[in-house]
Amino acid sequence: MSVQTERADTAAAPGVRESEASPPGPKARTQRRGGAPAPYLLLLPALLATVVLLGWPLIKNGMLSFQNLNPRQLILHLTEWNGFDNYTEVVGSSDFWKVVQRTVVFTAVNVVLIMVLGTLVGLLLARLGKRMRLLLMLGLVLAWAMPVIAATTVYQWLFAQRFGVVNWLLAKAGWESMADYNWFGTQLSTFSVIVLLIVWQSIPFVAINLYAATTTIPKELYEAASIDGAGVWKSFTSVTFPFLKPFLWATTFLEVIWVFKAFPQIFAMNAGGPDRLTETLPIYAFVEGPGNQHYGMGAAISFLTILILLGLTAYYLRTVLKQEEDEL
Amino acid sequence: MKRPVSSTASRLWPNVTAAVLFVVFAFPVYWMFATSLKPTGDIIADDPVFLPTDITFDHFERAVGADHFWTLVGNSLTVTVLSVVFSLIIALLASFALARMRFKGRRGFILTFMIAQMAPWEVMVIAIYMIVRDADLLNSLVPLTVFYMIMVLPFTILTLRGYVAAVPKELEESAMVDGCTRTQAFVKVIFPLLAPGLMATSLFGFITAWNEFPLVLILNKGIEKQTLPLWLSSFQTTFGDDWGATMAAASLFAVPILVLFVFLQRKAVSGLTSGAVKG
Repeated sequence: MSVQTERADTAAAPGVRESEASPPGPKARTQRRGGAPAPYLLLLPALLATVVLLGWPLIKNGMLSFQNLNPRQLILHLTEWNGFDNYTEVVGSSDFWKVVQRTVVFTAVNVVLIMVLGTLVGLLLARLGKRMRLLLMLGLVLAWAMPVIAATTVYQWLFAQRFGVVNWLLAKAGWESMADYNWFGTQLSTFSVIVLLIVWQSIPFVAINLYAATTTIPKELYEAASIDGAGVWKSFTSVTFPFLKPFLWATTFLEVIWVFKAFPQIFAMNAGGPDRLTETLPIYAFVEGPGNQHYGMGAAISFLTILILLGLTAYYLRTVLKQEEDEL
Repeated sequence: MKRPVSSTASRLWPNVTAAVLFVVFAFPVYWMFATSLKPTGDIIADDPVFLPTDITFDHFERAVGADHFWTLVGNSLTVTVLSVVFSLIIALLASFALARMRFKGRRGFILTFMIAQMAPWEVMVIAIYMIVRDADLLNSLVPLTVFYMIMVLPFTILTLRGYVAAVPKELEESAMVDGCTRTQAFVKVIFPLLAPGLMATSLFGFITAWNEFPLVLILNKGIEKQTLPLWLSSFQTTFGDDWGATMAAASLFAVPILVLFVFLQRKAVSGLTSGAVKG
């Protein structure tokens, strides 16, 4: 039963490719090749939806980023092209580069914590007896399934200045000055809460899928390793780790994508505050665009954000595309 | 070689760690429910009450009694269910073609959907806002439904494709030998076997649409067309430090997802593995 559960996790998890990685197999293909319009007709609605609803906003975003679009133009429905003005202004402002730097550090801290802790929890799951494993799984699934905004609200309450359980705990543990600490008063403390929230919600995905992957490692490999005199550490580095490496690699990049564009956690926690100091790129684009009514600027920031994200994940995208091409 | 001295300890520490981790992961969820059921006196206590003995539903009454609550529930349900159903229908057609047919450009289609799956919707909201505004559809549920549909569509297609491919071809072929047309074979043979796949993908779609925040934040400023995530995120501001009501609101919002997750996750796998294709 537990094996089934894991398969569901994999299938229900956004972005995981295992289910697709099982192609029909090299069976004899009896279908006609080319010619018949049936497959194209079947694909038409999906393609149309993707082109119109994803392609059009992308193009629109590009077009907006070359326009001067402030409240006046917005209300009067004016289209005022201003060339690269938005881009020169964005790239020329030190605020933008501060936000870029902040976003990269924020992403790195989150992803490293998620991957390291998630791997450790996953390996722990593999070591546990059945009952303790189920218990820990239950905890993980609860954290995983918790809707983001609900989780954000709960964290605000956990870290509330007055009557928050975290401050109480810290004070009880002897750190008296934390009794009335305002977590949302400084950049570092606000980020700490946000990182904790994101890491708490993301570990289950890594841990449960990693555990599922370990169950597929052939036992013979461990036997062979122990015959060769490998200890616990050696059999980890020579059997477990190489086996999990592709999974860890792919998951790291997925986490980079997810954390980099994280929006609700940061926005609902403290709206990028205090003093706009916890704005990451998606929030920054939102505050500059719709917030301060500079839609052209916001679009330029969005576009640059997408480019940075592409740059960070280009290597992963390339391996995925290559892999798929080999497979098809 | 194992060191016998530490064997008890080495058997104990994983279990102790697991127990501690269970508390770490489950506590916030527990605390949400616990707070929502405690009388206010226990919530604003100098020492937190960890095991509520006095159960009250006052907070839930206040949360449910908030302005427009039922309108927002209706909006959230409408948008979520419709977008999931539409994406399932479109994805079924597409995934069947991708899993079962050979044709030119098939690889290109799959790659397109794989890339579409990673679209950073969070940073595209400004463009979507302008498009929706130009179409005069601000403060409407239609754009939300349509864009939630496309947010989950690529994942639905790619996942369903795996499930369709997993249904043995022989089943379909023997139905066709018995005189079914291809469409009939699909409806009568493949479709019932896809139930687990449909559940798995609709679970994902449901979670995505139910949780979506940035798009509705920018598109629908009018309260009567908003959805629950917006309501919940503004609840604390509206109700001040009424943590009991806020946690009750959070619980109301989270329960459908928690229930679906636990329930559908089991169901989603039972069908495929229960031996529809024995012998």
